[in-house]
Amino acid sequence: MSVPDGWLAYGDEQQERVGFFTDTSVCIGCKACEVACKEWNLVPEDGLVFTGESYDNTSTLGANSWRHVAFIEQEKPLRLDDEDGEPLRWLMSSDVCKHCTHAACLDVCPTGSLFRTEFGTVVVQEDICNGCGYCVPACPFGVLDKRHIPSLPATTTRVSGSEPQASERPDGRVWKCTLCYDRLKGGHEPACAKACPTDSIQFGPLDELRARADARLEKLQQENWNGVQLYGRDPDDGVGGFGAFFLLLDEPEVYGLPPDPVVTTRDLPGLWAQTALAAGAVVLGVVASFLGGRR
Amino acid sequence: MPGLGTSFGRGGATDYQQDLQNSDVITIMGSNMAENHPVGFQWVMEARERGARVFHIDPRFTRTSAMATDYIRIRAGSDIAFLGGVVNYILQNDLWFEEYVKRYTNAPVIIDERFQDTEDLDGLFSGWDPEKRAYSIESWSYKGMAVHGSGGETEQGFRTKGEQSGHGGHGGGLHHGEPPEEDETLQHRNCVFQILKRHYQRYTPELVAETCGCSVEQFVDYCEAITQSSGRERTGAFCYAVGWTQHTVGVQYIRTAAIIQQLLGNMGRPGGGILALRGHASIQGSTDIPTLFNILPGYLPMPRAEYYGNFDNFMKANISPTGWWGHFKAYWVSLMKAYFGENATEENEWLFEKLPRVDDDNSVYWTTQQMLDGKVKGYLLAGENPAVGNTNSKAHRLALAKLDWLVVRDVVEIESAAFWYDSPEIASGELKTQEIPTEIFFLPAATHTEKDGSFTNTQRLLQWHFAAVEPKQDCRSDLWFYFHLGRLIKQKLADSQEPRDELIKALRWEYPTHSAIQEPDAEAVLAEVSGWEVPTGKFLSAYKELKEDGSTVCGCWIYCGAHADGINQTARRKPHWEQSYVAPEWAWAWPANRRLLYNRASADPDGKPWSERKKFVWWDAEQGKWTGLDTPDFEETKPPDYVPPDGAEAEDAIAGDHPFIMQADGRSWLFVPQGLEDGPLPSHYEPHESPFDNPLYSQRSNPVRLAPERPENRFNDDRYPYVATTYRLTEHHTAGGMSRTVPYLSELQPAMFVEVDPELARLEGLEHGGWATISTARTSIEARVMVTDRLKPIAVEGRKTHQVGLPYHWGSRGLTTGAAANDLAPIALDPNVHIQEVKAFTCAIRPGRRRR
Repeated sequence: MSVPDGWLAYGDEQQERVGFFTDTSVCIGCKACEVACKEWNLVPEDGLVFTGESYDNTSTLGANSWRHVAFIEQEKPLRLDDEDGEPLRWLMSSDVCKHCTHAACLDVCPTGSLFRTEFGTVVVQEDICNGCGYCVPACPFGVLDKRHIPSLPATTTRVSGSEPQASERPDGRVWKCTLCYDRLKGGHEPACAKACPTDSIQFGPLDELRARADARLEKLQQENWNGVQLYGRDPDDGVGGFGAFFLLLDEPEVYGLPPDPVVTTRDLPGLWAQTALAAGAVVLGVVASFLGGRR
Repeated sequence: MPGLGTSFGRGGATDYQQDLQNSDVITIMGSNMAENHPVGFQWVMEARERGARVFHIDPRFTRTSAMATDYIRIRAGSDIAFLGGVVNYILQNDLWFEEYVKRYTNAPVIIDERFQDTEDLDGLFSGWDPEKRAYSIESWSYKGMAVHGSGGETEQGFRTKGEQSGHGGHGGGLHHGEPPEEDETLQHRNCVFQILKRHYQRYTPELVAETCGCSVEQFVDYCEAITQSSGRERTGAFCYAVGWTQHTVGVQYIRTAAIIQQLLGNMGRPGGGILALRGHASIQGSTDIPTLFNILPGYLPMPRAEYYGNFDNFMKANISPTGWWGHFKAYWVSLMKAYFGENATEENEWLFEKLPRVDDDNSVYWTTQQMLDGKVKGYLLAGENPAVGNTNSKAHRLALAKLDWLVVRDVVEIESAAFWYDSPEIASGELKTQEIPTEIFFLPAATHTEKDGSFTNTQRLLQWHFAAVEPKQDCRSDLWFYFHLGRLIKQKLADSQEPRDELIKALRWEYPTHSAIQEPDAEAVLAEVSGWEVPTGKFLSAYKELKEDGSTVCGCWIYCGAHADGINQTARRKPHWEQSYVAPEWAWAWPANRRLLYNRASADPDGKPWSERKKFVWWDAEQGKWTGLDTPDFEETKPPDYVPPDGAEAEDAIAGDHPFIMQADGRSWLFVPQGLEDGPLPSHYEPHESPFDNPLYSQRSNPVRLAPERPENRFNDDRYPYVATTYRLTEHHTAGGMSRTVPYLSELQPAMFVEVDPELARLEGLEHGGWATISTARTSIEARVMVTDRLKPIAVEGRKTHQVGLPYHWGSRGLTTGAAANDLAPIALDPNVHIQEVKAFTCAIRPGRRRR
């Protein structure tokens, strides 16, 4: 059940399934992951907007932000047994594409641009995507997103004080985390994990990460951490488990994550079957009415 | 860093960041380590994972507080009250590490009977001269010993100062190994221990809570935590940064931590120490091989105009009779040989007579005032952006506008180069472009990726970097610029007969160059810095090999060995998982590749490890030498029971159980008899601008602070009720030249903002996300409002106060622009190193944008 769709088809070329375990209990909110991702993948800057959302000026994952560090200020103690200090904590969490075991974006992509890699990850091919956007509402996390700003030539550097230079053509394609497919091919870990100074972002074989996460959860529970839980680790959840899962310190909603994500194409076969039934009934009715008319 | 220098002997972080993983408790104070040193912070996280308590003590709840196990909120500028309270707690409850304190510190030493404490004189020490606003320090000395180099011995009025004193303080007048008068029982009324006890007796937990705004419970919990992590089995570390240094009494903040670490026996031991976290990539390097006016490489003093008639007197004043500063002449002569080669000889006293002399202050803030007075014609700015980065930046912009010429070498056209057409003063009409006489030359600089060279990082580690690409167009490295500038000057003066040009003509100025742009070979410079023997050309491996007869060349004695065996030791890249966790084969650390300074103290007086758990360097009796995980910071074969004979000199005068080999008496200094301008012991003084009185003394602020009042630098009165503090963010780099121009960083923090607590927001009508105007007597700036629970009002002296947080990265240039927080802060300086007080001053705040 928890085998990614399409992954087994690689046969001999199939690689170990890899992913991320993002342990937010050691995230220091430095955003090195955001910058490393943009540097490596040539993701453009998309606006200098002061949001007022604590230290988060990225706000959300999108076509131009493949890593997003959320900052949540709370008047809650870090540990349940902490009575002396101020009840105050600042949660930081680096969000990313979940690389779902059952990925709706893959199901709906009409061009084959979105595909399952030999590493079990989900990647958009930029030279095939036609910008139809079907995958955008299909993603239960709102990760898939069309790039609306004009694309910049990769070599563009800006002179201090000058306006952004627009290129000749606007983009309109869908962009998201590739789990650094190119780096994986070369035997390197993804840029964000490489840059993370505290190992909050851990990269590796998914089975190994899950085991590590279980041990981590147990340790933090013993240490009385407030609200500690794993998110997306369970292969039996609505998307068959995440390829990139998390250790959170509060409910997923607090971080802007859906509490119980379900692959949006789950009910499609049933829907199609019912539609077919209904269509058949209509046809029967029509035929029946003609038959009746002859009488 | 005279706080560390006078206490322990060397002005550098005593530890390396990786060692934090061995700490049982970590105190981060005066530092926002997670935000400003995120890579090194991984070792704090490692310690936390291993069960250490991590305390963050700070006015603001930051990303560091979020990761700490404990956060204590205090008022900006009250740290000495807090730390002094810790000293008092340790002493009152007898929680000090007895054997360590008695044997390794100067606690038993008896001080001159004339000494009077701030407790006796209501906030002043003995020797205060109200006319000169300075101390005469004779009464602070060890009993019966004239302070060496000071007051009448050779040259009246000579005193080591600033960074110089950071490197040794030149002893407490120990003449030829004669030990100072001591009381091993620590009962003598005038021994350091008893003086210390009296000095801090009023720093009670209640006074700490009252003054700092924390609770008594929080304070006592902290004291218990750090004292429980002391002794043979356990250690604790301190991390600080400019949150401690940038005060009018900043050096004494660090001194207070130094006292705590001595009392708890945490110096020179794994998981202990004091980590001075430096702000830039190579700030440590820029004081080791200085860009400062008053010292030469390796913390050797610049000769001063008013003293030292001749070479012999200069030597006499600087050679310490005991300790490693006893070899001052060897360090000096080797440096002159590096500068002048064959032209420096014993006969011409190594060209001493020709050297330039320091004739005045000449520090940056003094120079700015001279500029404002029209006394400075030209200025060369390299890697500095005073129009944003220096306190009272507006005064700096006004000063630059009075120059005849200005050269700016930087990677982008920074505010200090563009002030004449783009600045708040141009916008307001206070300055008019056509009326500014300054001719400005902008010389584009190469970045670190475009040149070879070394960084000396926060833990004294020299790490080599290689050029990845050639610099573009006219961009050039600093090395290229100064080498070719020197070459051209020498060329022009080749035929000069003027005496003033003799020194430049004598300079040895030969370095191989490569590539089309004639880039000098950086490794050749490193080789000269590290040094060689003149007759054989053999590369030196340690400063012990330096000679005073001119037979060795060494450009910086503390860096001697960085190019040992002709190999660039700083380029070594063996990862820590292929060697011990200390990683001695990763790059190279000064001095002599030591990672943990004063590590003789990791063994007990007999040379045995204090405990198996904290084993690091120990005496191997069979082999007859010191050994362990690091280069021992001690003479390799000097046994622990060595007693100096009468008349011993230099290092021979240091006993086998005295680990602080750079100090004249081999002990760490709880009490500093010499080397500091503002007192032998730290006392709590209020910041220059503070809404509160000093709860301890009628002397409110540091009496020796420098605070030049003038029209460009007015001071606040009680119309400015709130406490302001400036800081940095992970997303930006200091004055912003290297980050506000980078899209990926600018979008992460795209606007200047001000952090306020919700109650202050209600009180002043500030709206989250809206605009506020922050004012001081200097000027007003505007910023976006960030209302946050991370700031809270605190009660001090029975009154509620609010603190306002101001990141200082913004200016008028780059992709994200905004007001410079430093426009608000005063020029009010510490007397030892002339550092500005930007971590605590007062301000007013109102809703809305700044009126023009």
